[in-house]
Amino acid sequence: MKAEEIAVVVAPTEAADRHDTRRYLLLLLPALLTLAAFFVYPLLGILLRSVYKSGYTLESYRQVVSTSVYLMVIGLTFRTAAMVTLVALALGYPLAYVLATVRPRLGRVLVVIVVLPFLTSIIVRTYAWMVLLGRNGVVNQYLVAIGLTDAPLRLLYNQAGVVVGMTYVLLPFMVLTLASVMRGIDPSLVRAAHSLGASRWQAFRRVFLPLSAPGIAGGTLLVFILSLGFFITPALMGGPSDVMIAMLIEREVEFTLNWSFASTLAVILLVLTLIGFVAYYRLMRLERLFEGLG
Amino acid sequence: MIGAEGQRTGPGTIAVLAVAAAVLVFLIAPVAIIVIVSFSGADYLTFPPPRLSLRWYARFFGTPEWRRSIVVSVQVASLTMVFATVLGLAASLALVRGRFRGKGAVYAVLLSPMIVPTIITAIGLYFLFVKLKATGSILAMAMGHTVLALPVVVIIITATLQGFDLRLELAALSLGASRLTALRRVTLPLIAPGVVSAALFAFLTSFDELLIPLFLAGVEVQTLTVRVWNSLLLEVDPTIAAVSSFLIAVTCAVLGASALLRRRTDV
Repeated sequence: MKAEEIAVVVAPTEAADRHDTRRYLLLLLPALLTLAAFFVYPLLGILLRSVYKSGYTLESYRQVVSTSVYLMVIGLTFRTAAMVTLVALALGYPLAYVLATVRPRLGRVLVVIVVLPFLTSIIVRTYAWMVLLGRNGVVNQYLVAIGLTDAPLRLLYNQAGVVVGMTYVLLPFMVLTLASVMRGIDPSLVRAAHSLGASRWQAFRRVFLPLSAPGIAGGTLLVFILSLGFFITPALMGGPSDVMIAMLIEREVEFTLNWSFASTLAVILLVLTLIGFVAYYRLMRLERLFEGLG
Repeated sequence: MIGAEGQRTGPGTIAVLAVAAAVLVFLIAPVAIIVIVSFSGADYLTFPPPRLSLRWYARFFGTPEWRRSIVVSVQVASLTMVFATVLGLAASLALVRGRFRGKGAVYAVLLSPMIVPTIITAIGLYFLFVKLKATGSILAMAMGHTVLALPVVVIIITATLQGFDLRLELAALSLGASRLTALRRVTLPLIAPGVVSAALFAFLTSFDELLIPLFLAGVEVQTLTVRVWNSLLLEVDPTIAAVSSFLIAVTCAVLGASALLRRRTDV
Protein backbone atom coordinates (compact mmCIF):
# COMPACT_ATOMS: atom_id res chain seq x y z
CA MET A 1 0.00 0.00 0.00
CA LYS A 2 1.60 3.21 -1.11
CA ALA A 3 1.12 6.17 1.20
CA GLU A 4 0.26 8.61 -1.60
CA GLU A 5 -2.58 6.35 -2.63
CA ILE A 6 -4.20 6.36 0.77
CA ALA A 7 -3.61 10.09 1.06
CA VAL A 8 -5.72 10.56 -2.01
CA VAL A 9 -8.52 8.58 -0.54
CA VAL A 10 -8.82 10.71 2.56
CA ALA A 11 -9.80 13.77 0.56
CA PRO A 12 -12.91 15.40 2.02
CA THR A 13 -15.95 13.83 0.47
CA GLU A 14 -17.27 17.10 -0.89
CA ALA A 15 -14.23 17.21 -3.11
CA ALA A 16 -15.15 13.90 -4.64
CA ASP A 17 -15.28 14.61 -8.33
CA ARG A 18 -14.44 12.82 -11.48
CA HIS A 19 -10.76 13.19 -10.69
CA ASP A 20 -11.23 11.42 -7.38
CA THR A 21 -13.32 8.72 -8.96
CA ARG A 22 -10.42 7.91 -11.22
CA ARG A 23 -8.11 7.63 -8.22
CA TYR A 24 -10.48 5.24 -6.54
CA LEU A 25 -10.61 3.09 -9.62
CA LEU A 26 -6.83 3.08 -9.53
CA LEU A 27 -6.99 1.65 -6.01
CA LEU A 28 -9.31 -1.09 -7.22
CA LEU A 29 -7.19 -1.95 -10.20
CA PRO A 30 -4.55 -4.19 -8.54
CA ALA A 31 -7.18 -6.40 -6.93
CA LEU A 32 -9.29 -6.57 -10.07
CA LEU A 33 -6.30 -7.33 -12.30
CA THR A 34 -5.19 -10.11 -9.95
CA LEU A 35 -8.66 -11.63 -10.05
CA ALA A 36 -8.78 -11.23 -13.82
CA ALA A 37 -5.48 -13.07 -14.29
CA PHE A 38 -5.78 -15.81 -11.68
CA PHE A 39 -9.53 -16.31 -11.39
CA VAL A 40 -11.61 -15.04 -14.29
CA TYR A 41 -9.13 -16.03 -16.99
CA PRO A 42 -8.74 -19.61 -15.67
CA LEU A 43 -12.53 -19.93 -15.44
CA LEU A 44 -12.89 -18.74 -19.02
CA GLY A 45 -10.23 -21.30 -19.94
CA ILE A 46 -12.39 -24.02 -18.39
CA LEU A 47 -15.45 -22.77 -20.26
CA LEU A 48 -13.51 -22.76 -23.53
CA ARG A 49 -12.12 -26.26 -22.99
CA SER A 50 -15.64 -27.54 -22.37
CA VAL A 51 -16.89 -26.42 -25.78
CA TYR A 52 -13.78 -26.50 -27.93
CA LYS A 53 -12.19 -29.61 -29.31
CA SER A 54 -10.69 -28.82 -32.70
CA GLY A 55 -13.77 -26.74 -33.40
CA TYR A 56 -16.68 -25.65 -31.24
CA THR A 57 -18.84 -28.52 -30.13
CA LEU A 58 -21.25 -29.46 -27.39
CA GLU A 59 -20.19 -33.09 -27.74
CA SER A 60 -18.91 -33.46 -24.19
CA TYR A 61 -22.12 -32.00 -22.75
CA ARG A 62 -24.10 -34.48 -24.81
CA GLN A 63 -21.85 -37.21 -23.47
CA VAL A 64 -22.57 -36.21 -19.85
CA VAL A 65 -26.31 -36.12 -20.38
CA SER A 66 -26.39 -39.45 -22.22
CA THR A 67 -24.07 -41.46 -19.97
CA SER A 68 -25.85 -43.08 -17.06
CA VAL A 69 -22.74 -43.19 -14.84
CA TYR A 70 -22.39 -39.42 -14.96
CA LEU A 71 -26.07 -38.87 -14.36
CA MET A 72 -25.80 -41.21 -11.40
CA VAL A 73 -22.91 -39.17 -9.99
CA ILE A 74 -24.91 -35.98 -10.38
CA GLY A 75 -27.92 -37.62 -8.77
CA LEU A 76 -25.83 -38.94 -5.89
CA THR A 77 -24.30 -35.49 -5.42
CA PHE A 78 -27.75 -33.93 -5.12
CA ARG A 79 -28.96 -36.67 -2.78
CA THR A 80 -25.92 -36.34 -0.51
CA ALA A 81 -26.23 -32.55 -0.50
CA ALA A 82 -29.91 -32.81 0.42
CA MET A 83 -29.25 -35.21 3.29
CA VAL A 84 -26.39 -33.09 4.64
CA THR A 85 -28.56 -29.98 4.44
CA LEU A 86 -31.46 -31.57 6.31
CA VAL A 87 -29.27 -32.97 9.08
CA ALA A 88 -27.44 -29.63 9.39
CA LEU A 89 -30.74 -27.78 9.69
CA ALA A 90 -32.08 -30.18 12.31
CA LEU A 91 -28.90 -29.89 14.39
CA GLY A 92 -28.21 -26.26 13.66
CA TYR A 93 -31.58 -24.68 14.42
CA PRO A 94 -31.73 -25.49 18.16
CA LEU A 95 -28.10 -24.46 18.64
CA ALA A 96 -28.55 -21.21 16.73
CA TYR A 97 -31.68 -20.50 18.77
CA VAL A 98 -29.77 -20.90 22.01
CA LEU A 99 -26.81 -18.86 20.73
CA ALA A 100 -29.09 -16.03 19.70
CA THR A 101 -31.22 -15.94 22.82
CA VAL A 102 -28.87 -16.57 25.77
CA ARG A 103 -27.22 -13.66 27.52
CA PRO A 104 -24.88 -11.97 25.03
CA ARG A 105 -21.73 -12.69 27.02
CA LEU A 106 -22.48 -16.41 27.22
CA GLY A 107 -23.45 -16.33 23.55
CA ARG A 108 -20.03 -14.94 22.64
CA VAL A 109 -18.31 -17.76 24.50
CA LEU A 110 -20.47 -20.44 22.93
CA VAL A 111 -20.03 -19.06 19.44
CA VAL A 112 -16.28 -19.73 19.76
CA ILE A 113 -17.13 -23.44 19.90
CA VAL A 114 -18.82 -23.03 16.51
CA VAL A 115 -16.14 -20.79 15.02
CA LEU A 116 -13.12 -22.87 16.07
CA PRO A 117 -14.05 -25.89 13.93
CA PHE A 118 -15.33 -23.49 11.24
CA LEU A 119 -11.82 -22.06 10.88
CA THR A 120 -9.98 -25.36 11.23
CA SER A 121 -8.67 -26.88 8.02
CA ILE A 122 -11.25 -29.11 6.31
CA ILE A 123 -8.70 -31.87 5.95
CA VAL A 124 -8.03 -31.80 9.70
CA ARG A 125 -11.75 -32.01 10.47
CA THR A 126 -12.16 -34.87 8.02
CA TYR A 127 -9.18 -36.69 9.53
CA ALA A 128 -10.72 -36.27 12.98
CA TRP A 129 -13.82 -38.15 11.82
CA MET A 130 -11.71 -40.83 10.17
CA VAL A 131 -10.05 -41.41 13.54
CA LEU A 132 -13.44 -41.49 15.26
CA LEU A 133 -15.28 -43.69 12.77
CA GLY A 134 -12.51 -45.98 11.53
CA ARG A 135 -12.61 -49.74 11.92
CA ASN A 136 -10.47 -49.53 15.05
CA GLY A 137 -11.65 -46.00 15.66
CA VAL A 138 -12.76 -44.41 18.89
CA VAL A 139 -16.49 -44.95 18.29
CA ASN A 140 -16.05 -48.63 17.47
CA GLN A 141 -13.80 -49.15 20.51
CA TYR A 142 -16.61 -47.85 22.71
CA LEU A 143 -19.38 -49.72 20.92
CA VAL A 144 -17.52 -52.98 21.39
CA ALA A 145 -16.54 -52.12 24.96
CA ILE A 146 -20.10 -51.50 26.08
CA GLY A 147 -21.25 -54.58 24.22
CA LEU A 148 -23.54 -52.90 21.69
CA THR A 149 -21.81 -54.80 18.92
CA ASP A 150 -19.49 -57.80 18.79
CA ALA A 151 -17.46 -56.81 15.76
CA PRO A 152 -16.54 -53.27 14.77
CA LEU A 153 -19.20 -51.63 12.61
CA ARG A 154 -18.44 -50.28 9.19
CA LEU A 155 -18.92 -46.57 9.84
CA LEU A 156 -16.43 -45.24 7.34
CA TYR A 157 -16.06 -45.53 3.57
CA ASN A 158 -19.81 -45.46 2.95
CA GLN A 159 -22.44 -42.83 2.38
CA ALA A 160 -23.31 -42.51 6.07
CA GLY A 161 -19.69 -41.62 6.79
CA VAL A 162 -19.74 -39.01 4.05
CA VAL A 163 -22.94 -37.44 5.41
CA VAL A 164 -21.56 -37.31 8.96
CA GLY A 165 -18.28 -35.78 7.83
CA MET A 166 -19.84 -33.24 5.49
CA THR A 167 -22.47 -32.25 8.04
CA TYR A 168 -19.71 -31.67 10.55
CA VAL A 169 -17.78 -29.46 8.15
CA LEU A 170 -20.81 -27.47 6.99
CA LEU A 171 -22.79 -27.17 10.23
CA PRO A 172 -21.06 -23.91 11.28
CA PHE A 173 -22.30 -22.23 8.07
CA MET A 174 -25.85 -23.20 8.99
CA VAL A 175 -25.54 -22.16 12.63
CA LEU A 176 -23.89 -18.82 11.89
CA THR A 177 -26.43 -17.96 9.19
CA LEU A 178 -29.39 -18.87 11.39
CA ALA A 179 -27.98 -17.12 14.46
CA SER A 180 -27.33 -13.89 12.56
CA VAL A 181 -30.99 -13.77 11.48
CA MET A 182 -32.29 -14.80 14.91
CA ARG A 183 -30.27 -12.10 16.66
CA GLY A 184 -32.18 -9.58 14.58
CA ILE A 185 -35.56 -10.81 15.85
CA ASP A 186 -37.00 -8.39 18.39
CA PRO A 187 -37.49 -10.36 21.64
CA SER A 188 -40.36 -8.07 22.60
CA LEU A 189 -42.42 -9.61 19.79
CA VAL A 190 -42.21 -13.01 21.48
CA ARG A 191 -42.94 -11.40 24.85
CA ALA A 192 -45.94 -9.67 23.32
CA ALA A 193 -47.23 -13.03 22.15
CA HIS A 194 -46.79 -14.40 25.67
CA SER A 195 -48.62 -11.48 27.23
CA LEU A 196 -51.46 -12.03 24.81
CA GLY A 197 -51.83 -15.54 26.17
CA ALA A 198 -49.77 -17.60 23.78
CA SER A 199 -48.00 -20.63 25.22
CA ARG A 200 -44.24 -20.94 24.73
CA TRP A 201 -44.74 -23.32 21.86
CA GLN A 202 -47.39 -21.14 20.21
CA ALA A 203 -45.23 -18.05 20.57
CA PHE A 204 -42.33 -19.90 19.00
CA ARG A 205 -44.31 -21.43 16.17
CA ARG A 206 -46.43 -18.42 15.29
CA VAL A 207 -43.92 -15.62 15.92
CA PHE A 208 -40.28 -16.68 16.22
CA LEU A 209 -40.24 -19.46 13.62
CA PRO A 210 -41.78 -17.37 10.80
CA LEU A 211 -39.42 -14.52 11.59
CA SER A 212 -36.45 -16.87 11.39
CA ALA A 213 -37.57 -18.20 7.99
CA PRO A 214 -35.04 -16.10 6.02
CA GLY A 215 -32.30 -17.72 8.08
CA ILE A 216 -33.67 -21.19 7.39
CA ALA A 217 -33.85 -20.47 3.68
CA GLY A 218 -30.43 -18.85 3.60
CA GLY A 219 -28.67 -21.49 5.69
CA THR A 220 -30.29 -24.34 3.82
CA LEU A 221 -29.39 -22.90 0.46
CA LEU A 222 -25.82 -22.11 1.53
CA VAL A 223 -25.14 -25.58 2.92
CA PHE A 224 -26.75 -27.23 -0.10
CA ILE A 225 -24.69 -25.22 -2.59
CA LEU A 226 -21.44 -25.78 -0.70
CA SER A 227 -22.22 -29.51 -0.49
CA LEU A 228 -22.57 -29.75 -4.27
CA GLY A 229 -18.94 -28.74 -4.78
CA PHE A 230 -17.47 -30.74 -1.92
CA PHE A 231 -14.36 -32.75 -2.58
CA ILE A 232 -12.08 -33.47 0.37
CA THR A 233 -14.53 -35.08 2.78
CA PRO A 234 -16.33 -37.42 0.34
CA ALA A 235 -13.02 -38.36 -1.28
CA LEU A 236 -11.55 -39.46 2.05
CA MET A 237 -14.64 -40.78 3.84
CA GLY A 238 -16.65 -42.27 0.98
CA GLY A 239 -16.57 -45.75 -0.44
CA PRO A 240 -15.74 -46.61 -4.05
CA SER A 241 -19.31 -45.90 -5.16
CA ASP A 242 -19.73 -42.60 -3.27
CA VAL A 243 -18.46 -40.44 -6.10
CA MET A 244 -19.54 -36.80 -6.16
CA ILE A 245 -19.17 -34.34 -9.05
CA ALA A 246 -16.05 -32.66 -7.64
CA MET A 247 -14.34 -36.04 -7.25
CA LEU A 248 -15.18 -36.93 -10.82
CA ILE A 249 -13.64 -33.65 -11.96
CA GLU A 250 -10.45 -34.39 -10.03
CA ARG A 251 -10.21 -37.89 -11.47
CA GLU A 252 -10.66 -36.65 -15.02
CA VAL A 253 -7.85 -34.14 -14.47
CA GLU A 254 -5.40 -36.29 -12.51
CA PHE A 255 -5.91 -39.79 -13.86
CA THR A 256 -7.94 -39.86 -17.06
CA LEU A 257 -6.24 -36.66 -18.23
CA ASN A 258 -9.43 -35.77 -20.06
CA TRP A 259 -9.31 -32.04 -19.50
CA SER A 260 -12.14 -31.12 -21.80
CA PHE A 261 -14.45 -33.52 -20.03
CA ALA A 262 -13.30 -32.31 -16.61
CA SER A 263 -14.03 -28.78 -17.82
CA THR A 264 -17.52 -29.76 -18.92
CA LEU A 265 -18.29 -31.19 -15.50
CA ALA A 266 -16.80 -28.10 -13.88
CA VAL A 267 -19.03 -25.81 -15.94
CA ILE A 268 -22.10 -27.85 -14.98
CA LEU A 269 -21.14 -27.66 -11.30
CA LEU A 270 -20.42 -23.95 -11.60
CA VAL A 271 -23.77 -23.19 -13.20
CA LEU A 272 -25.64 -25.14 -10.53
CA THR A 273 -23.70 -23.29 -7.83
CA LEU A 274 -24.28 -19.87 -9.36
CA ILE A 275 -28.01 -20.46 -9.65
CA GLY A 276 -28.05 -21.32 -5.96
CA PHE A 277 -26.07 -18.24 -5.01
CA VAL A 278 -28.27 -15.86 -6.94
CA ALA A 279 -31.16 -17.20 -4.89
CA TYR A 280 -29.09 -16.98 -1.71
CA TYR A 281 -28.06 -13.40 -2.38
CA ARG A 282 -31.67 -12.37 -2.64
CA LEU A 283 -32.12 -13.66 0.90
CA MET A 284 -29.00 -12.43 2.62
CA ARG A 285 -25.48 -11.26 2.25
CA LEU A 286 -22.56 -13.61 2.56
CA GLU A 287 -20.51 -11.32 4.76
CA ARG A 288 -22.99 -11.76 7.60
CA LEU A 289 -21.22 -15.03 8.32
CA PHE A 290 -18.17 -13.04 9.28
CA GLU A 291 -19.91 -10.82 11.77
CA GLY A 292 -17.68 -10.51 14.76
CA LEU A 293 -14.59 -12.00 13.18
CA GLY A 294 -12.98 -8.76 12.12
CA MET B 1 -36.90 -16.60 25.33
CA ILE B 2 -34.44 -18.63 27.29
CA GLY B 3 -33.34 -16.91 30.45
CA ALA B 4 -36.01 -14.25 30.23
CA GLU B 5 -37.18 -13.19 33.65
CA GLY B 6 -40.38 -14.37 35.19
CA GLN B 7 -40.77 -17.43 33.01
CA ARG B 8 -40.75 -20.99 34.08
CA THR B 9 -38.40 -23.35 32.35
CA GLY B 10 -40.66 -25.76 30.53
CA PRO B 11 -39.83 -29.21 29.19
CA GLY B 12 -39.59 -27.74 25.69
CA THR B 13 -36.87 -25.35 26.77
CA ILE B 14 -34.96 -28.13 28.47
CA ALA B 15 -35.17 -30.26 25.33
CA VAL B 16 -33.88 -27.38 23.17
CA LEU B 17 -31.02 -26.76 25.60
CA ALA B 18 -30.16 -30.46 25.63
CA VAL B 19 -30.06 -30.65 21.84
CA ALA B 20 -27.99 -27.47 21.62
CA ALA B 21 -25.54 -28.80 24.20
CA ALA B 22 -25.26 -32.09 22.32
CA VAL B 23 -24.58 -30.24 19.07
CA LEU B 24 -21.90 -28.14 20.77
CA VAL B 25 -20.26 -31.37 21.94
CA PHE B 26 -20.57 -32.76 18.40
CA LEU B 27 -18.77 -29.66 17.11
CA ILE B 28 -15.93 -29.50 19.60
CA ALA B 29 -15.36 -33.18 20.49
CA PRO B 30 -13.61 -34.29 17.27
CA VAL B 31 -11.20 -31.37 17.47
CA ALA B 32 -10.56 -31.96 21.18
CA ILE B 33 -10.11 -35.71 20.71
CA ILE B 34 -7.55 -35.23 17.94
CA VAL B 35 -5.52 -32.92 20.14
CA ILE B 36 -5.68 -35.40 23.02
CA VAL B 37 -4.76 -38.50 21.01
CA SER B 38 -1.89 -36.61 19.39
CA PHE B 39 -0.15 -36.90 22.78
CA SER B 40 -0.74 -40.64 22.88
CA GLY B 41 2.12 -42.96 23.71
CA ALA B 42 0.39 -45.96 22.11
CA ASP B 43 1.16 -47.37 18.67
CA TYR B 44 -2.30 -46.67 17.36
CA LEU B 45 -4.93 -44.12 18.26
CA THR B 46 -7.05 -45.08 21.23
CA PHE B 47 -9.08 -42.70 23.31
CA PRO B 48 -8.33 -41.93 26.01
CA PRO B 49 -4.64 -42.63 25.36
CA PRO B 50 -3.21 -45.26 27.76
CA ARG B 51 -0.14 -43.12 28.38
CA LEU B 52 1.05 -39.74 27.21
CA SER B 53 4.11 -38.99 25.14
CA LEU B 54 5.41 -36.58 22.55
CA ARG B 55 6.49 -39.33 20.15
CA TRP B 56 4.17 -38.27 17.32
CA TYR B 57 5.36 -34.70 17.63
CA ALA B 58 8.95 -35.98 17.60
CA ARG B 59 8.12 -37.90 14.44
CA PHE B 60 6.43 -34.84 12.91
CA PHE B 61 9.13 -32.29 13.67
CA GLY B 62 11.92 -34.84 13.24
CA THR B 63 11.07 -35.87 9.68
CA PRO B 64 12.79 -33.70 7.06
CA GLU B 65 9.83 -33.99 4.64
CA TRP B 66 7.37 -32.74 7.25
CA ARG B 67 9.71 -29.94 8.28
CA ARG B 68 10.14 -28.90 4.68
CA SER B 69 6.39 -28.80 4.18
CA ILE B 70 6.00 -26.52 7.22
CA VAL B 71 8.44 -24.14 5.56
CA VAL B 72 6.53 -24.34 2.26
CA SER B 73 3.19 -23.72 3.98
CA VAL B 74 4.57 -20.73 5.88
CA GLN B 75 6.09 -19.31 2.69
CA VAL B 76 2.90 -19.69 0.68
CA ALA B 77 0.74 -18.33 3.51
CA SER B 78 3.04 -15.36 4.15
CA LEU B 79 3.08 -14.34 0.50
CA THR B 80 -0.69 -14.78 0.37
CA MET B 81 -1.07 -12.64 3.48
CA VAL B 82 0.99 -9.79 2.00
CA PHE B 83 -0.66 -9.89 -1.43
CA ALA B 84 -4.22 -10.28 -0.20
CA THR B 85 -3.89 -7.61 2.50
CA VAL B 86 -2.32 -5.01 0.22
CA LEU B 87 -4.76 -5.64 -2.63
CA GLY B 88 -7.71 -5.97 -0.29
CA LEU B 89 -6.91 -2.82 1.71
CA ALA B 90 -6.64 -0.72 -1.44
CA ALA B 91 -9.83 -2.17 -2.88
CA SER B 92 -11.70 -1.73 0.42
CA LEU B 93 -10.72 1.94 0.65
CA ALA B 94 -12.09 2.48 -2.83
CA LEU B 95 -15.25 0.51 -2.09
CA VAL B 96 -16.08 2.29 1.15
CA ARG B 97 -15.05 5.83 0.28
CA GLY B 98 -15.31 6.04 -3.47
CA ARG B 99 -18.45 7.12 -5.24
CA PHE B 100 -18.70 5.46 -8.58
CA ARG B 101 -21.17 3.49 -10.57
CA GLY B 102 -21.12 -0.30 -10.53
CA LYS B 103 -19.85 -0.47 -6.96
CA GLY B 104 -22.16 -3.36 -6.15
CA ALA B 105 -20.90 -5.27 -9.15
CA VAL B 106 -17.26 -4.68 -8.17
CA TYR B 107 -18.02 -5.88 -4.67
CA ALA B 108 -19.69 -9.01 -6.02
CA VAL B 109 -16.68 -9.71 -8.24
CA LEU B 110 -14.31 -9.34 -5.29
CA LEU B 111 -16.36 -11.80 -3.23
CA SER B 112 -16.96 -14.26 -6.06
CA PRO B 113 -13.96 -16.55 -5.36
CA MET B 114 -15.81 -17.49 -2.19
CA ILE B 115 -18.77 -18.73 -4.21
CA VAL B 116 -17.07 -20.75 -6.92
CA PRO B 117 -16.26 -24.27 -5.69
CA THR B 118 -12.54 -24.35 -4.91
CA ILE B 119 -12.06 -27.49 -7.00
CA ILE B 120 -13.04 -25.44 -10.07
CA THR B 121 -10.70 -22.55 -9.23
CA ALA B 122 -7.99 -25.12 -8.56
CA ILE B 123 -8.26 -26.94 -11.90
CA GLY B 124 -8.53 -23.62 -13.76
CA LEU B 125 -5.26 -22.52 -12.18
CA TYR B 126 -3.76 -25.93 -12.83
CA PHE B 127 -4.53 -25.68 -16.56
CA LEU B 128 -3.08 -22.16 -16.56
CA PHE B 129 0.12 -22.97 -14.69
CA VAL B 130 0.76 -26.19 -16.60
CA LYS B 131 0.71 -24.08 -19.74
CA LEU B 132 3.10 -21.61 -18.11
CA LYS B 133 5.22 -24.54 -16.83
CA ALA B 134 4.96 -23.02 -13.35
CA THR B 135 3.51 -25.84 -11.27
CA GLY B 136 5.47 -26.63 -8.14
CA SER B 137 6.20 -22.97 -7.57
CA ILE B 138 5.54 -21.26 -4.25
CA LEU B 139 4.49 -18.11 -6.06
CA ALA B 140 1.88 -19.93 -8.15
CA MET B 141 0.30 -21.44 -5.04
CA ALA B 142 0.38 -18.04 -3.32
CA MET B 143 -1.40 -16.41 -6.26
CA GLY B 144 -4.12 -19.04 -6.09
CA HIS B 145 -4.50 -18.50 -2.37
CA THR B 146 -4.51 -14.73 -2.80
CA VAL B 147 -7.61 -15.16 -4.95
CA LEU B 148 -9.27 -17.20 -2.20
CA ALA B 149 -8.17 -14.89 0.64
CA LEU B 150 -9.14 -11.63 -1.07
CA PRO B 151 -12.87 -11.91 -0.22
CA VAL B 152 -12.07 -12.53 3.44
CA VAL B 153 -9.78 -9.50 3.59
CA VAL B 154 -12.27 -7.26 1.77
CA ILE B 155 -15.13 -8.30 4.06
CA ILE B 156 -13.14 -7.63 7.23
CA ILE B 157 -11.53 -4.35 6.13
CA THR B 158 -14.68 -2.83 4.61
CA ALA B 159 -16.48 -3.60 7.89
CA THR B 160 -13.66 -1.88 9.78
CA LEU B 161 -13.72 1.15 7.49
CA GLN B 162 -17.46 1.48 7.78
CA GLY B 163 -17.06 1.73 11.53
CA PHE B 164 -14.40 4.39 11.15
CA ASP B 165 -15.57 7.94 11.68
CA LEU B 166 -14.33 9.97 8.74
CA ARG B 167 -14.77 13.15 10.78
CA LEU B 168 -11.77 12.21 12.91
CA GLU B 169 -9.62 12.43 9.85
CA LEU B 170 -11.27 15.65 8.71
CA ALA B 171 -10.67 17.09 12.16
CA ALA B 172 -6.96 16.28 11.87
CA LEU B 173 -6.89 17.92 8.44
CA SER B 174 -8.69 21.03 9.68
CA LEU B 175 -6.23 21.30 12.56
CA GLY B 176 -3.47 21.64 10.03
CA ALA B 177 -2.26 18.07 9.59
CA SER B 178 -1.12 17.16 6.11
CA ARG B 179 -2.99 14.31 4.46
CA LEU B 180 -0.07 12.02 5.02
CA THR B 181 0.13 12.95 8.70
CA ALA B 182 -3.60 12.53 9.17
CA LEU B 183 -3.37 9.16 7.54
CA ARG B 184 -0.37 8.03 9.56
CA ARG B 185 -1.41 9.46 12.91
CA VAL B 186 -5.20 9.07 12.79
CA THR B 187 -6.58 6.72 10.18
CA LEU B 188 -4.07 3.88 10.08
CA PRO B 189 -3.78 3.48 13.86
CA LEU B 190 -7.57 3.34 14.09
CA ILE B 191 -8.10 0.79 11.34
CA ALA B 192 -4.89 -1.14 12.09
CA PRO B 193 -6.56 -3.81 14.26
CA GLY B 194 -8.98 -4.62 11.45
CA VAL B 195 -6.21 -4.73 8.88
CA VAL B 196 -3.99 -6.95 11.03
CA SER B 197 -6.93 -9.22 11.74
CA ALA B 198 -7.66 -9.44 8.01
CA ALA B 199 -4.02 -10.29 7.36
CA LEU B 200 -4.13 -13.08 9.95
CA PHE B 201 -7.24 -14.58 8.39
CA ALA B 202 -5.61 -14.37 4.97
CA PHE B 203 -2.64 -16.30 6.35
CA LEU B 204 -4.96 -18.89 7.86
CA THR B 205 -6.99 -19.23 4.66
CA SER B 206 -3.84 -20.22 2.84
CA PHE B 207 -2.30 -22.30 5.62
CA ASP B 208 -5.43 -24.48 5.92
CA GLU B 209 -6.26 -24.85 2.25
CA LEU B 210 -5.63 -28.09 0.38
CA LEU B 211 -7.03 -28.00 -3.14
CA ILE B 212 -4.92 -25.27 -4.76
CA PRO B 213 -1.60 -26.76 -3.60
CA LEU B 214 -2.92 -30.26 -4.31
CA PHE B 215 -3.00 -29.39 -8.00
CA LEU B 216 -0.10 -26.94 -8.09
CA ALA B 217 2.38 -28.67 -5.76
CA GLY B 218 5.46 -30.38 -7.12
CA VAL B 219 7.11 -33.54 -5.86
CA GLU B 220 9.51 -31.55 -3.68
CA VAL B 221 7.36 -28.53 -2.92
CA GLN B 222 4.38 -29.69 -0.88
CA THR B 223 2.40 -27.82 1.71
CA LEU B 224 1.46 -29.39 5.04
CA THR B 225 -2.10 -29.99 3.90
CA VAL B 226 -0.95 -31.77 0.73
CA ARG B 227 1.34 -34.02 2.74
CA VAL B 228 -1.53 -34.79 5.12
CA TRP B 229 -3.74 -35.63 2.15
CA ASN B 230 -1.13 -37.93 0.60
CA SER B 231 -0.58 -39.85 3.80
CA LEU B 232 -4.33 -40.14 4.50
CA LEU B 233 -4.81 -41.83 1.13
CA LEU B 234 -2.47 -44.56 2.34
CA GLU B 235 -3.34 -45.10 6.00
CA VAL B 236 -4.45 -43.33 9.17
CA ASP B 237 -0.96 -42.58 10.49
CA PRO B 238 -0.93 -41.25 14.09
CA THR B 239 1.65 -38.64 13.08
CA ILE B 240 -1.21 -36.89 11.30
CA ALA B 241 -2.81 -36.30 14.71
CA ALA B 242 0.24 -34.27 15.70
CA VAL B 243 0.20 -32.41 12.37
CA SER B 244 -3.52 -31.73 12.80
CA SER B 245 -3.02 -30.43 16.33
CA PHE B 246 -0.35 -28.11 14.97
CA LEU B 247 -2.82 -26.78 12.39
CA ILE B 248 -5.50 -26.43 15.08
CA ALA B 249 -3.02 -24.50 17.24
CA VAL B 250 -2.40 -22.08 14.36
CA THR B 251 -6.17 -21.58 14.02
CA CYS B 252 -6.47 -20.93 17.77
CA ALA B 253 -3.60 -18.45 17.63
CA VAL B 254 -5.28 -16.50 14.82
CA LEU B 255 -8.65 -16.56 16.59
CA GLY B 256 -7.11 -15.46 19.86
CA ALA B 257 -5.08 -12.68 18.27
CA SER B 258 -8.09 -11.33 16.41
CA ALA B 259 -10.17 -11.41 19.61
CA LEU B 260 -7.46 -9.41 21.41
CA LEU B 261 -7.32 -6.93 18.55
CA ARG B 262 -11.07 -6.53 18.67
CA ARG B 263 -11.03 -5.92 22.40
CA ARG B 264 -8.39 -3.24 21.90
CA THR B 265 -10.57 -1.52 19.31
CA ASP B 266 -13.61 -1.59 21.56
CA VAL B 267 -11.87 0.32 24.35
